[in-house]
Amino acid sequence: MDKTINVTLKIWRQKGPKVKGAFETYKLDNISTDSSFLEMLDILNEQLVSKGQEPVVFDHDCREGICGACSLYINGHPHGPDDSVTTCQLHMRRFKDGETITIEPWRSAGFPVIRDLMVDRQAFEKIMQSGGYVSVNTGGVPDANAIGISKIDADEAMDSASCIGCGACVAACKNGSAMLFVSAKVSQLALLPQGRIEAARRAKAMVARMDELGFGNCTNTGACEAECPKNVSITNIARLNREFISAKLKD
Amino acid sequence: MWIFNSSIGRKLIMSLSGLFLISFLIVHLSANLALLAGTGGAATPAEIPYNVVCHFMDTNPFIMVMVPVLALGFLVHIVYAFILTAQNRKARGNDRYASSSKTNISWASKNMFILGIIVLGFLCLHLIHFWAKMQLQHFIGGTPDANAYQLAVDLFTNPVYVVIYIVWIWALWFHLTHGFWSAFQSMGLNNYNWMPRWKALGSVLATLIAIGFTIIPLFFMFGLNQ
Ligand code: HEM
Ligand code: SF4
Ligand code: FES
Repeated sequence: MDKTINVTLKIWRQKGPKVKGAFETYKLDNISTDSSFLEMLDILNEQLVSKGQEPVVFDHDCREGICGACSLYINGHPHGPDDSVTTCQLHMRRFKDGETITIEPWRSAGFPVIRDLMVDRQAFEKIMQSGGYVSVNTGGVPDANAIGISKIDADEAMDSASCIGCGACVAACKNGSAMLFVSAKVSQLALLPQGRIEAARRAKAMVARMDELGFGNCTNTGACEAECPKNVSITNIARLNREFISAKLKD
Repeated sequence: MWIFNSSIGRKLIMSLSGLFLISFLIVHLSANLALLAGTGGAATPAEIPYNVVCHFMDTNPFIMVMVPVLALGFLVHIVYAFILTAQNRKARGNDRYASSSKTNISWASKNMFILGIIVLGFLCLHLIHFWAKMQLQHFIGGTPDANAYQLAVDLFTNPVYVVIYIVWIWALWFHLTHGFWSAFQSMGLNNYNWMPRWKALGSVLATLIAIGFTIIPLFFMFGLNQ
């Protein structure tokens, strides 16, 4: 038999970007501890719809921790109380019977609320457009082993590349800083020979865009790293600082 | 200039000024440790070891040049502390979380501004207690107190001031446990290997500085100079 629990949900409801929002409280009974957190919200929404009420709006897509669409600030943690998982990978067995669960949208000036729990994370796309790529000429695919890359660099680049762009780092940061995200995106390319060529230009452009979009100054609290579902390390931030400062000094 | 109008540039200013202030603290503490020699059996106040050190500090050309630089260092660090804190509050937005953050991070890292303000407040008091009567007089053409050692004795026989100074120093300890490694991170001089090293070095340095400055008022309060 499934174990089931009853929970009380305190959910942020907000009709639109300019409208004032408030918390609503919902009671939800007989939730299987095997269900995922988002399935639990689906059940809530079905109940709301059947009562003729507006369902709670929240972001989600892959529901397997790879796309970065899901968000939610749950009981004081971005992506909830579990370490190293996204909200879509969080399960109700992490919660106790009778527990009150507070669910809020990411809160940061860079991520304005669109509706309820859904925020606008286009700022990240804008930062990526400013330089988060390698300029390649199309043509024949070169041999993968033609350029030697050390195992250490390959591993670190891979770890940086595991960033899914969810924005939990910004949501966790008291300074609303996007440095963990930007540094992961700069590092994943700066560590590899193909990306190295444009590294200086990339670091300068992405930092300039990040500042322009109003993200804060990093004070190295480490909250981003503690909450990142992909365990992206703040050593990436040191690398970004290094790339940026040396690029500027060379100008 | 990128130093002033980029976030990383502003952090570079903060880290360089902070490290400069740490270097000052080390010089300052080294000089003050002469207080622990007591009167050293001196016949006249001018021969008391600490007063000898003070005389050297007040007449040494290098130190005289460094005093305005130090003042500038403090000013820059403090002005940027306010600028960065204001910008960061704005970036965070007006809507705050209702549930308090459960993210596990060091207390000092969250409270650098408050700690800085505490350090600044006591610093002003400290300047009035000592510096205004000592080195400042050299700059304004007045007569410096000939017996700086006695100033310390008089102040620290009052337990209230001893407590105030110790609270001050340990606020600084918190500021430095985060500040030291953070400065190297801000300068980009960090990676997987150096992270634990900078953090350990920062803790050791902060603790040595704090213990050094704590011993001095206690030394006088317990009358160990006699
Ligand atoms: C002897 C005195 C002081 C020393 C040695 C010192 C040292 C440092 C160091 C090394 C940092 C790290 C910089 C970085 O992360 O890049 C720092 C950060 C900071 N300090 Fe100080 N500081 C002192 C006094 C003050 C004062 C008086 C304030 C006043 C308001 C202050 C406010 C701050 C703030 C807000 C930060 C964090 C800013 C950031 O990380 O961006 N500090 N300090
Ligand atoms: S660094 Fe981590 S928390 Fe930040 S966007 Fe990438 S995956 Fe999300
Ligand atoms: S929905 Fe894709 S990562 Fe959570």
